[in-house]
Amino acid sequence: MKFVENVKPDITTDIVYMMCPMHLLKLEEKMRELDDGQILEIMTDYDGALEDIPGWCDKTGNEFLGIEDSGDYYKFYIRKKVRR
Amino acid sequence: MMKCYFDHVATNPLDTRVLDAMMPYLKDDFGNPLSIYEPGSKAKEAIENARGQVASLINSKPSEIIFTSSGAEANNFALRGIALARQNEGKHIIVSRMEHHSILNSARFLEKMGFAVTFLPVDKHGMVDPDVVKKSITKETTLISIIHASSEIGTIEPIEEISEIAKEKKIIFHTDAVAAAGNIPINIKELGADLLSMAAHQFYGPKGAGALYVREGLRIVPLIYGGIQENGRRAGTENVPAIVGMGKAAELAKEEMNARIEHVRTLRDRLIKGVSSVENIYLTGHPDNRLPGHASFCVEFIEGEAMLLLLAAKGIYAASGSACSSKALKASPVLLAMGIPSGLAQGSIVFTLGKDNSGDDIEYLIAEFPQVIKRLREISPYAKGWGIKGEGGECIVQK
Repeated sequence: MKFVENVKPDITTDIVYMMCPMHLLKLEEKMRELDDGQILEIMTDYDGALEDIPGWCDKTGNEFLGIEDSGDYYKFYIRKKVRR
Repeated sequence: MMKCYFDHVATNPLDTRVLDAMMPYLKDDFGNPLSIYEPGSKAKEAIENARGQVASLINSKPSEIIFTSSGAEANNFALRGIALARQNEGKHIIVSRMEHHSILNSARFLEKMGFAVTFLPVDKHGMVDPDVVKKSITKETTLISIIHASSEIGTIEPIEEISEIAKEKKIIFHTDAVAAAGNIPINIKELGADLLSMAAHQFYGPKGAGALYVREGLRIVPLIYGGIQENGRRAGTENVPAIVGMGKAAELAKEEMNARIEHVRTLRDRLIKGVSSVENIYLTGHPDNRLPGHASFCVEFIEGEAMLLLLAAKGIYAASGSACSSKALKASPVLLAMGIPSGLAQGSIVFTLGKDNSGDDIEYLIAEFPQVIKRLREISPYAKGWGIKGEGGECIVQK
């Protein structure tokens, strides 16, 4: 897993205490709000997201930047792909 | 025989306009809101419309409303959901002795899980003192929950002041507004609570629908896990007709609030005046700062259950704050918390009025009630009363 620090997100969504599949639904919903190249931050304590979010990024072509461990939850950073 | 329903804190009749709004969703429009085809999207749309109507009742954002199955579920969700979400910051919560069992028993459950709970005392009117709230706060306190208005004695608590204190100390504040919402104006922005519980059947909506207002950005641990309903915070296929009914009832309550308040307040004042002619009867709760349709009393030398039975035989339906003595031999904890002696608390009687009560209903009650009391006192085994003096010799109930 790739760890990052001090990433500046354009949009943040807090889904701590929300279970599967909210992490994927919110991810899709929030990505639609982003412009190309912008960064999304998702805060979640759902362990399944550690596999699912990087997997979703692989599948969709968005860039998974990494996670930051905040103790009680994770912060995931995803950069929206630039469409040509 | 006349039939007079004076138990609107137990539940309200369903408004026919609410039933009309619900009917399509009980019949043809049966879709699951999660389904992506038309019947599903229609149901989803109906729920979101209801969310807007309920939000409008308390001036919140629609996204801050989570539908539940009842006021009790909303209370359980608030207390357990916030206590658990913030347990790393502290494990102390504060509630009052005036709370409904859905708060008190949730607090006791949390106590068993290792949380410390302070149960705040109240004064002779059942009022929580904001200064006492302030003094009860510790470094560990993460949540305060105080009832907005008591269903048992009608007293309206100083919610805005308590919410200010909570905000100052960065403590989450919940209020159980089940008896208040839809019956008195609530503006969540002025009230300042972070969470607020409501129940549809308290304002002419259906049973089986409640809601919890959760301030935007607040984390809460779900009570029910499962699907993605209510944005992942409350699973379970939505009770679409009931939610639609709650929305319509909220819309009507908002539109008709002032007229309803004026109507029940006038009737209540006549009731209190008329019933007070009985000897040794005492109004419980705050004399002025109380729900507009609420009249509660303690009657000396008599048990509440006996009054209810005899009144019911005359077509008058009321409530008693006391548990049936034959079942529990227990007086109402709320009345005891106010310092009312346990014997006197056994004689609790609660009349709560609604928009469909008439002046004739009140006149009938005023005519019949003294006869019921007279008959019961004739057969009462108690020669003398239980006394109305508190420990300091101060009168703790008002004539």
